[in-house]
Amino acid sequence: MTQLFLFNVFNGLIIGAFYALMALGLSLILNLSGVINFAHGGFLAVGGYLAYTLMPFIGFWGALAVAPLLTALIGLLVEFVLIRRLYGRDPLYSLLLTFGLAFILEDGTRYIWGAATVPFDIPDWMTTALSDQFFFLTGYRLFMVLLVFAAVAALFLLLNKTRLGLRIRAGSGDLETVSALGVNVRVLRNLNFGLGIYMAGLAGVLAAGMLGLQPTIGSALIMPSFIAIIVGGLGSLPGTLLGGLLIGVASGVVTVFFPSASEAVIYVMMGVVLLVRPRGLLGEEGRVQ
Amino acid sequence: MKALAGRYVDLAIWLGLATLPYWIGAAGGYTSLGTRVVVMALAATALNFLLGFTGVLSFGHAAYFGLGAYGAGMTIKYLVPSTGLGILVGVAAGTAAAAIVGALIARLRGVYFAMVTIAFGQVFYFIAFRWNAVTGGDDGLSGWRRLPIDLGFGSIDILGNDQAFYYLTLAGFAVAVAVMAALLRSPFGRSLLAIRENERRARFLGIPVEQHIWLSFVVSCFFVSLAGALYALLNNFADPHDLRWDQSGDFVIMAVLGGMRTFWGPLVGAAIFVVLQDYLSTLTDNWMSLIGVFFILVVMFFPRGVLGMLRRRKATS
Repeated sequence: MTQLFLFNVFNGLIIGAFYALMALGLSLILNLSGVINFAHGGFLAVGGYLAYTLMPFIGFWGALAVAPLLTALIGLLVEFVLIRRLYGRDPLYSLLLTFGLAFILEDGTRYIWGAATVPFDIPDWMTTALSDQFFFLTGYRLFMVLLVFAAVAALFLLLNKTRLGLRIRAGSGDLETVSALGVNVRVLRNLNFGLGIYMAGLAGVLAAGMLGLQPTIGSALIMPSFIAIIVGGLGSLPGTLLGGLLIGVASGVVTVFFPSASEAVIYVMMGVVLLVRPRGLLGEEGRVQ
Repeated sequence: MKALAGRYVDLAIWLGLATLPYWIGAAGGYTSLGTRVVVMALAATALNFLLGFTGVLSFGHAAYFGLGAYGAGMTIKYLVPSTGLGILVGVAAGTAAAAIVGALIARLRGVYFAMVTIAFGQVFYFIAFRWNAVTGGDDGLSGWRRLPIDLGFGSIDILGNDQAFYYLTLAGFAVAVAVMAALLRSPFGRSLLAIRENERRARFLGIPVEQHIWLSFVVSCFFVSLAGALYALLNNFADPHDLRWDQSGDFVIMAVLGGMRTFWGPLVGAAIFVVLQDYLSTLTDNWMSLIGVFFILVVMFFPRGVLGMLRRRKATS
């Protein structure tokens, strides 16, 4: 029982780390540009498939390094060509645009790589369990959690210690003033979008190693990421991180007792948070209205 | 003068819809395609009550559409084989869910409102998807069909006769549209417009904004679930994808494409969208990409929608 419980909690932690990684990217874009990026899941799939294609040439580690960067590059391009034209307009339009983009990315990956699940090979030493008692603790899973935490730490360092990060944070609060102070807001938003998409690409590579790859992999992960943002609180990146981990662990724990309710529980959590604290656990006051 | 022109447009639209089964064949379509247009137009018009006339961005209306569909289907399959009761239960289920969800979200605004509606929309999708034994899971709810409507003095055969079902749907559409138009002309509707235009000022005037948004949400979902119930009856089938986020997006694009600041816009948008989707899905397997491109083109080049552009051209000339 303890083993089963630990297994599911750990599983929940992994899933939660994923949600958090996805949701942090979404949250970055949402906070600075007011765009809900529906295509985030599509970018995640693109990241995974790019790694799959690159791996025979540059190996697992090379793919892990390069594929998210390439995904981010596509993100920069998409922002430059399409999304930037919609800033300042009704959020309805950017939502519809990224919605259409999500369709194109999902259908495009299906067209290029096929609808069937393709296996994603990870180094052999990672697939074996670290100990007999904790059979679920494979090297890959541990590595994944550590990498996600490293990525999150790097993101927070970037935001708190660099000039770009300072500008992103300032812009999320008051973009107009930041612009008036001479910061090129167009470039800032472009880079910020790329950063968000980089996180999606990274999540894609990691998810591929655990779940295998199929074109719908992104749309399965995007809803919980929205919920992570809502639960954690709009406008707060630590909140998003907390929200992601929280709903991941909660669904893991519930799996032990009611396996079929593992998805429902995160919606219940969202409902409770909205009822008790509409701005989310760590959300800034006044953001929601 | 303008009111008179508007009346002619109304008349032309109703004439066109009333005679649809007689000309759609010649135009290359078929009656149930016309029925689908009317059902989707009902859903899009209902969404637009909230989107275009209250200025609240709901992106999760498929949930209530799907609840209407499953409510109708499950009633007929498991409870009572009665089309009328099926519609009633479907609408009640959708409206009740909307009343609860609406109470949770009426305080939220803008992008945040949209995000929460999307997330809540998925709850019902997961229920339909997971609860295999009752809902049929991924395969959808089948093994039932619409039944003739017994009026006491005679019955209408809506099962064997496509035209009869079309007219039933059209009747539902007509009543719904008339009620929504009347609501928009009422003080309640004017308050909704005031909230759309300037929420703060509306609040200062003493309009209870949250309560109005909640009510607008419930009215909108009431008619969307009616559309959902009719849609399930049309197909004799309820599909979990009716509840999914992409269906919500389809409703929004219909409203935007036709013109969300116009009353008839969603009807025009639904007609274009449904016919295009029907055509594209016979043409290529990659119609999903084409629909995606279509979304992007609409946003980039027709943000005001077809009717919005026509109206603007008339205003400038």
